[in-house]
Amino acid sequence: MKLGATANRAARRFISSLPALFGVVVFTFLLMRVLPGDPAVFFASGPQAGPEEIAMIRAQMGLDKPVPQQLLLYLRDLSQGQLGRSLTTGQPVLVDLRNRLPASLELTLTALLIALVAAVPLGVAAALRPGSLVDHIVRFVCALGVCVPTFVSGLLLIYVFYYLAGLAPDPTGRIDIFMSQPPRVTGFLLIDFAIAGDWEGWQAAARQLMLPALTMALFVVAPLARMTRASMLASLGSDFVRTARSLGLSRRKIVVTYALRNAILPVLTIVGIVFSTMLGANVLVEKVFSWPGVASYALDALLSSDYAPVQGFVLLMASIFVLVNLTVDVLYGVADPRVSVE
Amino acid sequence: MTSATLRHTVWVLRGNPVTAVAAGGAFVLCLVALIGPWIVPHDPIASNVANALKPPSAQNWAGTDQLGRDVFSRLVIAARLDLAIAASAVTLSFAVGAVIGAVCGYLGGRLDRYVGRFVDILMAFPLFVLAMAMVAALGNRVENIVIATAIINLPFYIRFARAEVNVRRNAGWVEAARACGDSHLSVILRFLLPNVLPAMAVQVSLNLGWAILNAAGLSFIGLGVKPPTPEWGIMVAEGARFIATGKWWLVAFPGLALMLTVLCFNLLGDGLRDILDPRMRT
Repeated sequence: MKLGATANRAARRFISSLPALFGVVVFTFLLMRVLPGDPAVFFASGPQAGPEEIAMIRAQMGLDKPVPQQLLLYLRDLSQGQLGRSLTTGQPVLVDLRNRLPASLELTLTALLIALVAAVPLGVAAALRPGSLVDHIVRFVCALGVCVPTFVSGLLLIYVFYYLAGLAPDPTGRIDIFMSQPPRVTGFLLIDFAIAGDWEGWQAAARQLMLPALTMALFVVAPLARMTRASMLASLGSDFVRTARSLGLSRRKIVVTYALRNAILPVLTIVGIVFSTMLGANVLVEKVFSWPGVASYALDALLSSDYAPVQGFVLLMASIFVLVNLTVDVLYGVADPRVSVE
Repeated sequence: MTSATLRHTVWVLRGNPVTAVAAGGAFVLCLVALIGPWIVPHDPIASNVANALKPPSAQNWAGTDQLGRDVFSRLVIAARLDLAIAASAVTLSFAVGAVIGAVCGYLGGRLDRYVGRFVDILMAFPLFVLAMAMVAALGNRVENIVIATAIINLPFYIRFARAEVNVRRNAGWVEAARACGDSHLSVILRFLLPNVLPAMAVQVSLNLGWAILNAAGLSFIGLGVKPPTPEWGIMVAEGARFIATGKWWLVAFPGLALMLTVLCFNLLGDGLRDILDPRMRT
């Protein structure tokens, strides 16, 4: 019954997000068509390429047709699951994205996990003693955290942990070039190494992941902790907590079972928003750490006016975004059964 | 400012010295942006390879970069460009967003639905990625950083203005103005907008910091501002190549400049909210 209601709500949300996704596709397509520079010239054999060769490449890329027709062709390809071909790597964009997406997801999810593990206890601790030293420290860290750009904190972490302390490995890529890759199962190196039982490799990959994940986590701890604190304060001040106290329940039961469970809903909302900002911040972090993810792939393509990868990337990001919002929506129902009763 | 508001402001500032400090900091920043070129100790563009990559010293307070240029002077000069980009982007989206949002909130109907859809589409993008694509598409120039930053800020202003106007559209004083024969346009411009502006001003200050980070991020990945123009984001990007060899000052000082600027505007925004809109105090 409850499950059905949740599924129903998720389905409704999904359908209502389809127009926005379609809008993203069209908008990105048009945006890419005004990119300066002619990709046909860019990808011709050389500066000496004759007009015939350029015309041939244009025809091959479908650039000689009017823009509305190009859009229709693109939509037709899209409906067949084809995102076009990257001109820089020569691979279908779908293959490239599939190869590189695990790197980005592994980074983003690890960062989100670190951030949540740090932020929720911090927020709770601050809310339990408002006005105390802990509270002030948490608020100060929050105020500061949103002000440091990810690319600066990433570089400073490299300076401290790689140059000064020597704890972190050379900050380029997911794994040392001399290390052997694990057999590819999921594409997540930590999982693949674990499956292969290669714990030395697992450690190497984890060490490589540490700094970029920390960089991104630092960036999102602030909004998460701030929201936890605010909603925890509201929840601790409510009647049911007062009642629980008057009944003499244990402090742990009051704080964790009653107050936190009720305070978690706004935090979930923020997690959705935070995830979307992390997708954007990925571009910067992947650039700083030469991380071979989808964002750095799209950035390289963008700088060499290669349409297809950028379109595919933006579509992928928007889809992930929609998916995350759906998940958050479903989790709402789990965290607070009242939401599904409508 | 009436005397009551003034008293309230003084009261808030006294109880909240942080806001006063932030306001002071913002003032200093604007001053530096204005008079920067006349107070710098060295020429920010002149290179001196013999003096390259020197750590901070009495001669060069923030060290020198790979071409021997004085980092401190470049930081000071860059303030103007960074603040100008952020301020014009936020002003642009404030003006456009307030008007569109107010008209939608007041008129409702089909226009409101279409604009709502458009806003939904914009919000479905990861915003930094959208800005990146726009700068690349419109051309790699500073003006386009401003436009892209303005567009990704637009949804927030439209939604905000729309919601604020929508709750007031049937208020007694709006109906009174209508009854007096004011046109829709005049009701929006003369009565509704002035009522929602204070709340939006808070949004502006909070947004400035975000806009600065955004613009710096764009130039960090090589979009918009071109070297040798001094700009904080690009200075970090240039310094990034030397961080693994321990040249921390090339990254730390522009980073510090960015951080302090954003911190000032954020704290100022929080303070402004307390002064202008006591209901929203947290």
